[in-house]
Amino acid sequence: MLLSIRSLSKSFPGTKALDAVDFELKAGEVHALLGENGAGKSTLIKCMTGAYRRDSGQILLDGQPVSPGTTSEAQELGIGTVYQEINLLPNLTVAQNLTFGREPRRFGMISSRAQRDMAREMLAGYGLDIDVGRDLGSYSVAVQQVIAIARAVSLSGKVLILDEPTASLDAAEVRMLFDILRDLRDRGLGIVFVSHFLDQVFDLCDRLTVLRNGCKIATEAIAETDRLKLIKHMLGRELDEATEEERRKTTAPHEERHEMLRFDRVGRPGTVAPFDLTVRRGEVIGLAGLLGSGRTESAELLFGVRAAQSGQAHDEAGPVDFSNPRAAIRAGFGFAPEDRKTDGIIADLSVRENIVLALQARRGWTHPVPRAEQNRLADDYIARLDIRTSDAEKAVGDLSGGNQQKVVLARWLAMNPRFLILDEPTRGIDIGAHAEILRLIHQMTAEGMALLVISSEFDELVAVSDRIIVLRDRRHAHALVGDEVTADAIVRAIATPDAAQTQTRGAA
Amino acid sequence: MRRTFTRVLPQLLTLAVLMALVTLFFPQFLAVDYQGGRLSGPVIDVLKRGAPVALLAVGMTLVIATRGIDLSVGTVMAITGAAAAWAIASGWGAGTAVLLALAAGLVCGLWNGCLVAVVGIQPIVATLILMTSGRGIAQLITEGRILTFNDPGFAWLGSGILAGLPVPVFIWILTAVAVAILMRRTALGLLVEAIGINRSASALAGVNARVLLIAVYMASGLCAALAGIIATADIRGADANNAGLWLELDAILAVVIGGNSLLGGRFSVAASVLGAMIIQTIDTGILLAGFPSEYNLVIKAGLVLIILVLQSPNLASEWYFLRRSLTQRREPKPVPSRVKE
Repeated sequence: MLLSIRSLSKSFPGTKALDAVDFELKAGEVHALLGENGAGKSTLIKCMTGAYRRDSGQILLDGQPVSPGTTSEAQELGIGTVYQEINLLPNLTVAQNLTFGREPRRFGMISSRAQRDMAREMLAGYGLDIDVGRDLGSYSVAVQQVIAIARAVSLSGKVLILDEPTASLDAAEVRMLFDILRDLRDRGLGIVFVSHFLDQVFDLCDRLTVLRNGCKIATEAIAETDRLKLIKHMLGRELDEATEEERRKTTAPHEERHEMLRFDRVGRPGTVAPFDLTVRRGEVIGLAGLLGSGRTESAELLFGVRAAQSGQAHDEAGPVDFSNPRAAIRAGFGFAPEDRKTDGIIADLSVRENIVLALQARRGWTHPVPRAEQNRLADDYIARLDIRTSDAEKAVGDLSGGNQQKVVLARWLAMNPRFLILDEPTRGIDIGAHAEILRLIHQMTAEGMALLVISSEFDELVAVSDRIIVLRDRRHAHALVGDEVTADAIVRAIATPDAAQTQTRGAA
Repeated sequence: MRRTFTRVLPQLLTLAVLMALVTLFFPQFLAVDYQGGRLSGPVIDVLKRGAPVALLAVGMTLVIATRGIDLSVGTVMAITGAAAAWAIASGWGAGTAVLLALAAGLVCGLWNGCLVAVVGIQPIVATLILMTSGRGIAQLITEGRILTFNDPGFAWLGSGILAGLPVPVFIWILTAVAVAILMRRTALGLLVEAIGINRSASALAGVNARVLLIAVYMASGLCAALAGIIATADIRGADANNAGLWLELDAILAVVIGGNSLLGGRFSVAASVLGAMIIQTIDTGILLAGFPSEYNLVIKAGLVLIILVLQSPNLASEWYFLRRSLTQRREPKPVPSRVKE
């Protein structure tokens, strides 16, 4: 056994993050570490890499007890880590990054030629054809990821821990990364792989360990398990996948719905080309497109985050002002942004304060929401959205990602908006919260709210949307309605513009 | 109420320990006399002399809560003091002088607020502009002299007695209470904290960050004006060069000793004014204890350092575990509680 962890426990003030967790990693295997947000994966990793000190328990590396006090100590012992946010320096060259801390010296000075040679040697076998003299930041995230792995492997060389390495990679990049990881595995490394993507886990890994609420639930060989069993382990209950499929069939066809809002020629040069959008009561509009195709920018124009330079909006009562977020909120819009940490939550404020914030801002400072009303709203939404928190006074920053997202949703639901924009509502969220958020979307539209949902997961968009607008090169290129709404059609609309154009109607 | 008490408990304890320490060196520290309708004694002196820093700390707390800082408050004291003295010297009377000084403070705050919220200059740089140029403005008003005046009504604000206590004590306590109530009984406190923690997220939730930012800098200017009025009234003259000199740093220190983070967010006005009293107790205490004057600043720095180390967030978890191990020893059986993450 390469690495074994025996009954490791770790507490934080008020929480037991890990409770007597066992974990074993063989040399030459890829071992998936799975669990919902807040299950204790990150804590376990941080205990292994010395970022946290464990309260009790044992870590054995090659049979020897070790207790790394810092990440660099862990690296020297042989445990290397690559985090989701790459911890390299983008403004240094690839070679400088790879040799950082042990630069080859000549007469006491760093020899950049030897440095580049060393870097090339380290990258040999990774199938990268790059100029190691260029700045790291000039390469794609996938390449940076591989470079981070190369650095971790050459520094440590026994255990490689990957925390959500594929979160921002596209399919081809994932394949390239997996080839490299399989190669490393065959060279005898033990790899710990943390991911929310179950497909990737089944594709790559040999064994898996599931954590739930700080406890180890199971360790199984991939060959002997299936998806359903795995989800059951992670959630502690069965997942009802039927609900979303039902949704689109039970709702009225979109032509019959009541028209609520109409945007005409909304656009901004250099951001998104002018587009039209009609919003009907109780419908879900999906926005699909590649990263950088103008999805988020479209949402920001509609909510006034960026002022539209052309176009206007109307509803039954007349023109609607959406020139800034405050005006858009007055018009009954809501917007849950993509990056919830920087644009969504107010981390140090409590769950209650985060939920009432938008409501309070609209009422104005002289009309505070009474405390009893605040408590009622908070408790109500904590129960309705199943927000996992010890109580309403806990700081939102201490919740897991999925629960933070639910708090942002609760903030908007408390406003009872008529048009709610959700930018990547399920990004970085575990499978349980994922299903719940989709269920919520269903519920909201049943009450007449219209939604605009942006997502990179086409299957998810297909599951929730009545129609889908496909963006390409900062233009609203196509609209898919009714039976045309399939993941396949989205991909075709993005990839082969001319073929798709013949199949789809004009933008709605 | 109970929440506020728990919040300011560290500051209260610090103040109590400091007072005990001073009493050790100067036994009469806690003695209070009542003569001729007025209370007197070292403690009353601390309350009175601490007034300018306490007032500045009230405004500074709000600015710091928005993740800003206001370096100009000391200078604004000089400007507003000069404006008041000029009004009295021109024969406009005490009432007009006070109003003029308050208006000058608001204008200074508006200037700072616009630089920060509209132009988008970093607060430390934006307020540095007024900090360096403001004394020049004050000198223009006083025409380079120390502008003295004799107006019993105005002087009363600095050295008068009301119900046995010096008037400045009432001014800073009333200001602090009024601001605290304004913040907590309306939604202002929540909105100010929200923009301090995450301005972009607050703006997306519909909080009018720009107006709020301007408002807190104006509040800071107003507090500085009150401090300037007291300082000017106390010495019956406006000294453009020395009024409020370096007091912005004491005000920032008071806010920090009050446990408010310079990174913005959660704030407590009560803790900040207690911080101001802690600083004044140190200042007065060192003098009373009879140390040679050259030691004063070193001793002050040492005490402040100890206070800040004790409050350090890096030590917070150590305190937590220390406290937990103490309580666990007392309880017979620690029940392992499983809390969801």
